[in-house]
Amino acid sequence: MSEVLDSHPQLLQGAWITVQITVLGAVLALVLALAFGVAGAARAVWMRAVNRLYVEFFRGAAALVLMYWLFYSLPLVGLRFTPMAAAVLALGLNYGAYGAEVVRGSINAVPKAQYEAAVALNLRPAQRMRRVILPQAVALMLPPFGNLLIELMKATAVVSLVTIADLTFRAQQIQANTGETAATYALVLVVYFVIAQVLQRLVRLLEHRTERMLGRRPRRGALREVPAPAGGAPR
Amino acid sequence: MTWDWNYTGEILPDLLNGLRVTVVATLLGYAIALVLGLAWTLLQRTPSRLVNGTVRWAAEFIRSTPLLVQLFFVFYVLPSWGLTLGPLTAGIIGLGLHYSTYTAEVYRAGIDDVPRGQWEAATALNLPRRRVWLGVVLPQAVRRVVPTLGNYLIAMFKDSPLLLAVNVVELLGAAYQTGSRTLQFLEPITIVGVLFIAVSVLSSLLVRRLERRYATY
Repeated sequence: MSEVLDSHPQLLQGAWITVQITVLGAVLALVLALAFGVAGAARAVWMRAVNRLYVEFFRGAAALVLMYWLFYSLPLVGLRFTPMAAAVLALGLNYGAYGAEVVRGSINAVPKAQYEAAVALNLRPAQRMRRVILPQAVALMLPPFGNLLIELMKATAVVSLVTIADLTFRAQQIQANTGETAATYALVLVVYFVIAQVLQRLVRLLEHRTERMLGRRPRRGALREVPAPAGGAPR
Repeated sequence: MTWDWNYTGEILPDLLNGLRVTVVATLLGYAIALVLGLAWTLLQRTPSRLVNGTVRWAAEFIRSTPLLVQLFFVFYVLPSWGLTLGPLTAGIIGLGLHYSTYTAEVYRAGIDDVPRGQWEAATALNLPRRRVWLGVVLPQAVRRVVPTLGNYLIAMFKDSPLLLAVNVVELLGAAYQTGSRTLQFLEPITIVGVLFIAVSVLSSLLVRRLERRYATY
């Protein structure tokens, strides 16, 4: 065990790469999700068709298959990516498709009356989206986005298979150097768990802020005075 | 370099063999996930705080760490504890264990969704615990979550390529092998991508039908 702990610089380097890929992939996925999600909630048929095409294609392809394709196949037709770019692109495209479904669903879930009120107030379509629909949709998007972020973080482990020195890759190296199989993999699993917990906390913080911004969350501690809602199974 | 149809024809049998392994791994793993997931859910409902807490944290741990590392763990660590597994078995167990933490959440949601009146009626009828669960709660709970469970089958299918990391020659592994033998990666991996997309588009249509069939609202 102590040998494994001695190689913590390697482990931390790996964790840093994992965090980097997670963040870059998440940013790319978020941009794609918003763009294609809004298109999916649009009225124009061609915009919705673009959304369907993107979502079905990239949601259907497994991230690893996409990564292999970018990394091994496309160079043969002249498109060359660095491993890092291939990894971020594959993860971003894949999770962007999942995110686009979340965005589309959230926009459609905003009550119709909000939309009608915005029309009645003579807001332009862009204003309607930016000032009325999206702020409310964002509150609905955040919890599923939190789940997707954790999924994305977990999916970054596969980048070790296209030779990127992330946490999993480092685990294999440390295992080979020390021969301590159980300790190495257990430690790496714990590091992943810690990263996931931190991400989860951050998303929850964001959720609380958004809800307070929309006036949906009462002051701190007030929730405890409210009686528990009826229904649900007894434990 | 252009697409080579002759080559495509030559490698197709190998790829179909790989697809068979993928399908077998997915289905067996799914069976494990369905059974184990239900066990997790029921264990989380026992009155013992210790059991509840342990199961909840174990499930949370498995759910928020990568499947790939878990596969390595099952494949490389368990042998040192005296349990040697073949690659495919290790892969199936890893897949099933990982996804059982997801199906556990699905079952939990389904059970929470059973109206309170059903529980009260079961109590009023003085049904034994076994019949409350097997006769009243689970049939209603499982029915509600069939489409969601279907989604996890698709998700599992898409995670099955990870098995190549523990030397299982499944679909992507077969494609990679033929690719490295001939140094032509374009055709095999493209075919794998197309197959994956085809299967998941078809199966998502199927799940949508399930949703309509089992809709409770």
